[in-house]
Amino acid sequence: MLGRTLREVSAALKQGQITPTELCQKCLSLIKKTKFLNAYITVSEEVALKQAEESEKRYKQGHSLGDLDGIPVAVKDNFSTAGIETTCASNMLKGYVPPYNATVVQKLLDQGALLMGKTNLDEFAMGALGSDTGGSTRNPAAHCGLVGLKPSYGLVSRHGLIPLVNSMDVPGILTRCVDDAAIVLGVLAGHDPKDSTTIQDPVKPFMLSSLTDVSKLCVGIPKEYLTPELSSEIRSLWSKAANLFESEGAKVIEVSLPHTSYSIVCYHVLCTSEVASNMARFDGLEYGHRCDIDVSTEAMYAATRREGFNDVVRGRILSGNFFLLKENYENYFVKAQKVRRLIANDFVNVFNSGVDVLLTPTTLSEAVPYTEFIKEDNRTRSAQDDIFTQAVNMAGLPAVSVPTALSHQGLPIGLQFIGRAFCDQQLLTVAKWFEKQVQFPVIQIQELMDNCSSVFENEKLASVSLKQ
Amino acid sequence: MWARAVWLAFRAPAGGRRGLTAKAGPQGSVRITAEMIEHLERLALVDFGSQEAVARLEKAIAFADRLGAVDTDGVEPMESVLEDRCLYLRSDNVIEGNCAEEVLQNSHRVVEEYFVAPPGNISLPKLDEQERFSHS
Repeated sequence: MLGRTLREVSAALKQGQITPTELCQKCLSLIKKTKFLNAYITVSEEVALKQAEESEKRYKQGHSLGDLDGIPVAVKDNFSTAGIETTCASNMLKGYVPPYNATVVQKLLDQGALLMGKTNLDEFAMGALGSDTGGSTRNPAAHCGLVGLKPSYGLVSRHGLIPLVNSMDVPGILTRCVDDAAIVLGVLAGHDPKDSTTIQDPVKPFMLSSLTDVSKLCVGIPKEYLTPELSSEIRSLWSKAANLFESEGAKVIEVSLPHTSYSIVCYHVLCTSEVASNMARFDGLEYGHRCDIDVSTEAMYAATRREGFNDVVRGRILSGNFFLLKENYENYFVKAQKVRRLIANDFVNVFNSGVDVLLTPTTLSEAVPYTEFIKEDNRTRSAQDDIFTQAVNMAGLPAVSVPTALSHQGLPIGLQFIGRAFCDQQLLTVAKWFEKQVQFPVIQIQELMDNCSSVFENEKLASVSLKQ
Repeated sequence: MWARAVWLAFRAPAGGRRGLTAKAGPQGSVRITAEMIEHLERLALVDFGSQEAVARLEKAIAFADRLGAVDTDGVEPMESVLEDRCLYLRSDNVIEGNCAEEVLQNSHRVVEEYFVAPPGNISLPKLDEQERFSHS
């Protein structure tokens, strides 16, 4: 049951094959068994079980709320959850309990979803896995064999999402299949009066149609994304994917996004600048960590922020403040904003030339081992890993990573589709067609658990091969 | 508008050949002065904490300097991808509030309905070179 799609589980709940409480307990049990992965910062067991109870009542009475009723969900710990600690994985917010739910959390709860807990992240989502802002939904999805969707900027409310870069942040959706992502997007999308950056156009939940004929589709392959750092395995998969579309009748053409090589630099300046501003709210007075110093406000702020933030966060704040200095503002911040327009225009030009969707890699390689990962400092790591995902955030476009194949080492590899602004449905329709073609193996959780039960007992981290 | 953008694009140097993750060259290595360190720490209310942090900032600046290579003549800065749309504004009516208790509950120091801060208008003490980074 834990490996099935949302629709399958929802159907099973409706038919009474399993109850929400049973499902919830299975989920909690798996969370406990995999505790060594440190995936959850907070597990909201009591809340989830209570929600499960209520969901069960609804199912018994035949009044289920919809596809998400009774479905376990987890929420990254930079989304505010009322009554449940929200930390952004930072000392600065240790013990912070928001009095309100982020809009997207509220929407999930209104549909009867069970909140299992708050998941881990790099402090304030500033890690090399990106932020919701540079690819941190799509990159992990690619590395873990999941579907990772970044909706168009403005489609989903950011109210309650602790902000990193206001002009780029988007709540991301991680699911097992494209259909599931579409279901969740249908629930989350829409205007929010509490977030004035959400568009006012009416949005309706949609059912993804099953494409059978791609002959009218035009797929663009951006040539600047063919970089020497791209692993040969992924390059080969990308090429195979392009051939697949062509062999099925789609038009596949090479396109150019000339400013691609400036995207990471541009992001670096804009991100650090917005971060310098967004982190200014953490002063220890109204919420969050506060140190004991009482000499003066400034001394208290400085010490609180030194204790509360890690090196990466402090580094970005300092960089951002540098770029925002009067003498630097034009040459760095405003310059980056101009380059951002050029990057966004690159995409506009390509989509105006008849391309429906772009096909690119999501990551440079499969997931690297932890020891390898921690060798580079954060900025270098970001610069490398976010290469394919970042420009999309600058342009505000929708993009989705779809699991494509296992590497020779048995690790997942995903490919990315990028769509036109607010054409999320069309994007997902193409992604769904592709997903059906590649038949990425479904993870057999029970088998995995059985084979690795000794590993789990010893609580040792091991790289687990999915090779079958 | 897009024709001009394309024209500008063709004028930009073809940086793509080098590979997207070319390391920052030795051009324009930046030195951060002690004055600048102090200035930034005061503005940011966050300290560098170590010489490595200063070096990281220098690298970050060198990295950002690459933007200089892009021709942005006549290009307007982009603040938001939704710039062509009208910002939604709520009507100016009070529909919620009266939640002082909720707002105050997350603070460490509260007296009645006030957040309590230490005295203001006292500048941070100047640190001399030796003292700097002593708490790293």
